[in-house]
Amino acid sequence: MTDQAYNFAYLDEQTKRMIRRAILKGLAIPGYQVPFASREMPMPYGWGTGGVQVSAAVLTPDDRFKVIDQGADDTTNAVSIRSFFERTAGVATTTVTTEATVIQTRHRIPEVPLAEGQILVYQVPIPEPLRFLEPRESETRKMHSLEEYGLMHVKLYEDIARHGHIATSYAYPVKVEGRYVMDPSPIPKFDNPKLADCPAIQLFGAGREQRIYALPPYTQVVSLDFEDHPFEASRADHPCGLCGAVDSYLDEVITDDAGGRMFVCSDTDYCETRQAAGHRGKDAA
Amino acid sequence: MTPLLSVQGVTKRYGAHIGCADVSFDLYPGEVMGIVGESGSGKSTLLNCMAGHMAPDAGKVVFDTRTDGPRDTLTMSEPERRMLGRTDWAFVHQHARDGLRMGVSAGGNVGERLMAVGARHYGDIRARATDWLERVEIAPGRIDDRPTTFSGGMQQRLQIARNLVTGPRLVFMDEPTGGLDVSVQARLLDLLRGLVRDMGLSAIIVTHDLAVVRLLADRLMVMKSGHVVEAGLTDRVLDDPQHAYTQLLVSSVLQV
Ligand SMILES: Nc1ncnc2c1ncn2[C@@H]1O[C@H](COP(=O)(O)OP(=O)(O)OP(=O)(O)O)[C@@H](O)[C@H]1O
Ligand SMILES: [Mg+2]
Ligand SMILES: [Zn+2]
Repeated sequence: MTDQAYNFAYLDEQTKRMIRRAILKGLAIPGYQVPFASREMPMPYGWGTGGVQVSAAVLTPDDRFKVIDQGADDTTNAVSIRSFFERTAGVATTTVTTEATVIQTRHRIPEVPLAEGQILVYQVPIPEPLRFLEPRESETRKMHSLEEYGLMHVKLYEDIARHGHIATSYAYPVKVEGRYVMDPSPIPKFDNPKLADCPAIQLFGAGREQRIYALPPYTQVVSLDFEDHPFEASRADHPCGLCGAVDSYLDEVITDDAGGRMFVCSDTDYCETRQAAGHRGKDAA
Repeated sequence: MTPLLSVQGVTKRYGAHIGCADVSFDLYPGEVMGIVGESGSGKSTLLNCMAGHMAPDAGKVVFDTRTDGPRDTLTMSEPERRMLGRTDWAFVHQHARDGLRMGVSAGGNVGERLMAVGARHYGDIRARATDWLERVEIAPGRIDDRPTTFSGGMQQRLQIARNLVTGPRLVFMDEPTGGLDVSVQARLLDLLRGLVRDMGLSAIIVTHDLAVVRLLADRLMVMKSGHVVEAGLTDRVLDDPQHAYTQLLVSSVLQV
């Protein structure tokens, strides 16, 4: 089944070693953005070439690989990346979170708590959390090295001034081990608490921006906030229409042309596993 | 008394060209020093060397720090110097857009320095920003507006508020009234004079405009071709200039 025109997992061994060095450095300095020489991948940047390169560098023939896009295993993006590694690495794949050893994700952390031995690989569009207020990279690099993070709070201040509360709901900035401020990629802030003290290894790859950063297992990760506007991991205030879960992150889905809609788990594996166990929501057929 | 700032032999060259040469002076707490001279005389170069924005080729800039007493800021570590830059020092640019974040509200602009030194209570930050907007005569109702919606004079006053909110001990200003209408200049000068007096600020003000130094500066340095050609009490220098170049300046032959 493996296409023998390619090396295992597409990238040549030298490139994978280079990426592994960046990953190890990232794990040694949690939250620090390590530059790496991103390679051209046979897919567009928007498809998570950073995550794909990180996955390629960590996959072994024994791994079981899962890919989710906004929580779903069946989007074009997720299906393409999964089949890419089926073809180029011949690895087993799965949609079941607990069975996967490497999970590549865009925009979500699975609902089921991750375990030791698992690796979660995030696709990152913009790795620099200070970018929006300070476009000069020379300056943001200095801010990180000198721990000058006042600007991050200016962004949150602006949120509250404009909306009455911290309206940032994706890519919500965190401080790692009391040192580096990090962009957790565009996951909903609902997922932020799962970043902290996680038994799995978390790796972040930004292809176009050529950066890799990482959280080793059981890392302290704190979402930034104000004393009088504390961080809240909010979710839509509904149960899942299909499985009835009240603890999962929900997507709003349009169900018909008449404007009918329902809220369902964005993590499809979580939702299906619950339904298979007999849980039913009010919209379940 | 220990000088707040002691500048010793500061020299900056641009290649073979002199930016400023062998400048020395002491500034005492509560003093305002004016630096005047024609365009290209080296005023901004000197100011930027003192404020740590530019590394001089020779000299010392000794600042009387709160914790360790007099320290040469040029040999300090960069983190220490940057910390000074957002606590005890302030820098008011000629063009407000160089000193403001144009994409951030007035309140965020004033609050930034507070957050940079660890303020984490939104309500407190906002209260202090409101207070400072009032002190620079900007209606508190404008706190959530961006500086792009402000007039030139308001932007300059906002820049001053943003700089003074952390209670700096030394303020560097490069042509703070430059580019503003005459009536707007007068109001800004009155405001600056009040703040300097009320806060007991020490300041170094670079300007073309002798009226500005007449109003604000205790002492004056006159620069020409990178050199200080005359220095002394403001009234003495302006009323009884000794150097031929100062006499020309005062007789307004060289006024821009
Ligand atoms: N970056 C630079 N590279 C080369 N020469 C420079 C640079 N900046 C300033 N100079 C030169 O150094 C001299 C002093 O310039 P400076 O900007 O300090 O003068 P200034 O007194 O502030 O003038 P102005 O009143 O026009 O602002 C001038 O001859 C200027 O052309
Ligand atoms: Mg100048
Ligand atoms: Zn569900």
